[in-house]
Amino acid sequence: MIEPTRKNAWRSFLLLAALLVALPFLVDAGLGRAWVRVLDFTLLYILLALGLNIVVGYAGLLDLGYIAFYAVGAYLYALLASPHFGLHLPFWMLLPIGAATAAAFGVMLGTPTLRLRGDYLAIVTLGFGEIIRIFLNNLNAPINITNGPQGVNMIDPIQIGGLLFDKTHTLFGVTFSAAHQYSYLFLLLTLTVIFVCLRLQDSRIGRAWVAIREDEVAAEAMGINTRNLKLLAFAMGATFGGVAGGLFAGFQGFISPESFNLMESILIVCMIVLGGMGNIPGVILGAVLLTVLPEALRYLGDAQRALLGHVVVDPADLRMLLFGIALIVVMLYRPAGLLPSRRRQRELVAEAGVAEQEQASVYDAQR
Amino acid sequence: MDILTQQLINGLVLGSVYALVALGYTMVYGILELINFAHGEITMMGAMVALAVIGALVGAGVDLPGVVIALFGLLAAIPVCMALGFAIERVAYRPLRHAPRLAPLITAIGMSIVLQNVAMLIWGRQYISFPPILPQGRHQLLGATITDVQIAILCTSVILMAALVTLVKRTRLGRAMRATAQAPQIAGLMGVNVNTIISLTFVLGSALAAVAGFMVSAYYGLAHYYMGFMLGLKAFSAAVLGGIGNLAGAMLGGLLLGVIESLGAGYIGDLTGGFLGSHYQDVFAFFVLILVLVLRPSGLLGERVVERA
Repeated sequence: MIEPTRKNAWRSFLLLAALLVALPFLVDAGLGRAWVRVLDFTLLYILLALGLNIVVGYAGLLDLGYIAFYAVGAYLYALLASPHFGLHLPFWMLLPIGAATAAAFGVMLGTPTLRLRGDYLAIVTLGFGEIIRIFLNNLNAPINITNGPQGVNMIDPIQIGGLLFDKTHTLFGVTFSAAHQYSYLFLLLTLTVIFVCLRLQDSRIGRAWVAIREDEVAAEAMGINTRNLKLLAFAMGATFGGVAGGLFAGFQGFISPESFNLMESILIVCMIVLGGMGNIPGVILGAVLLTVLPEALRYLGDAQRALLGHVVVDPADLRMLLFGIALIVVMLYRPAGLLPSRRRQRELVAEAGVAEQEQASVYDAQR
Repeated sequence: MDILTQQLINGLVLGSVYALVALGYTMVYGILELINFAHGEITMMGAMVALAVIGALVGAGVDLPGVVIALFGLLAAIPVCMALGFAIERVAYRPLRHAPRLAPLITAIGMSIVLQNVAMLIWGRQYISFPPILPQGRHQLLGATITDVQIAILCTSVILMAALVTLVKRTRLGRAMRATAQAPQIAGLMGVNVNTIISLTFVLGSALAAVAGFMVSAYYGLAHYYMGFMLGLKAFSAAVLGGIGNLAGAMLGGLLLGVIESLGAGYIGDLTGGFLGSHYQDVFAFFVLILVLVLRPSGLLGERVVERA
């Protein structure tokens, strides 16, 4: 009985692998070259969302300044591999440096905030994110470190061994453009991160995070070192953010503080909550939807022309409006997210009764 | 000394506006434990509606004193914002009252995006300037200058805050609000219509936000569809700084944040030997916020939460 299921598992695995390998070309053929870039960005956002999911989804620490780690990763890559300082470190050094520095920033944010809970933590992380952005924006005088609001440009493209990702390569008669190559690199890293997250989720650490999320005092009483584990959650989340930032800098070739504003942090929180907090497929779905939706809404101009004969409202103005409405509507109908984790689903069913009990016991205690 | 007084005055004026907006955040939080992210956008809407009405009146050549025209703008903005606050609670928060904690946060963010973009569709992307209809008088006070507009902002804020405190502490409605904040279900058992109270809380907060929005646009002479974001953020920081859910805390936090910001902007250059300039104003505000919260995680007045509303 075991044999056939295993064979099935292998078959679906191979099918999925083939689909993923073909994905950039399918996107290219089906939607056009521009969408391969959208695919690249989607993968980057999946990386970010998975990283933040460790902090928010697993450990239950609402972090509204997550983009700061992305910024740290991106700026380190940019400063160490661009004509700005005349440094051109190789990719295999840049990525670990970026990841480690981001992790250090994660611990730096985590240490003073260990005592804070809920919304207080949210506002402090938000402040942290803003502080990082404002520093990036202003550290061009008196010593020019970040080049201020102009940002850093001419960043070296990612290069692994002899393979320069910015050039078009032809292999076995198939042409790989820069966007195609990046998508494979990002895909590889995303898969690695998914694997790490899956393993973390069921590990001792992952279960300890869930315990902290559900009840910090009880977790501590059970012998969980809440301080170290919360710091670990911040550090791991930050690491993924830093890696994604480095990739973004190499991919884009230009970064400026504008890319790392609060709205981006909020967007990533939205991805997680919309998709289903703490559930990896849900988080991926949320990231894909929120990256693709605004791009797809760009076609609103064409739709208006087709339907009404002329453009009534500029699609650029309309798409964020629709995006906001979509956020509200989805949350109203699926408050636990589109793909809630199984644990959450069970909780939601039980929640009504439990809430009443809690209220009653609080009332008794107050008497 | 003159610079110090000047910065203090500027800080208090700015801080009183923050305090008015922060009161809206803190009232809602006290009752629903919800960060009403769209509150900053309601402030922005208040400013935009007021400016639109004022602009129309000035454009039509209405022959009235400037202050009266400005008052017309304000009187138009208040009901619009009240209606908005009421509608937002109904549409985005009430259906999610028993949902997971982060769900209403997302609808709040969604609302905020929607309001921003609606404002952008109506009034465009450019800055709208406040017509020069208000008195431009300047007075000397302890070696510093204070304008008529600044005096008006300070007085209005103080009056409104006093009125709100009286409302919450002395009236039947206020008692119902406090009861709802303490225990919604028990308040319901005692004959308080909890839903009405929650709606009224949103409406009240939005009215304050409308006034604050109007005053900010009068102070800076500008309004913009994106102005609510940073203002809301600062006001929320102020509410947390004072201890969220606490009325006095919001006022204290607002004033403190305003003063810290303006003193910080004025002195940061001297303190760091010219290394950091006044554009680090926002860093200063957030840095103090983080410091206070790290040392006092429940905010300055957070522990005495008996009188929240």
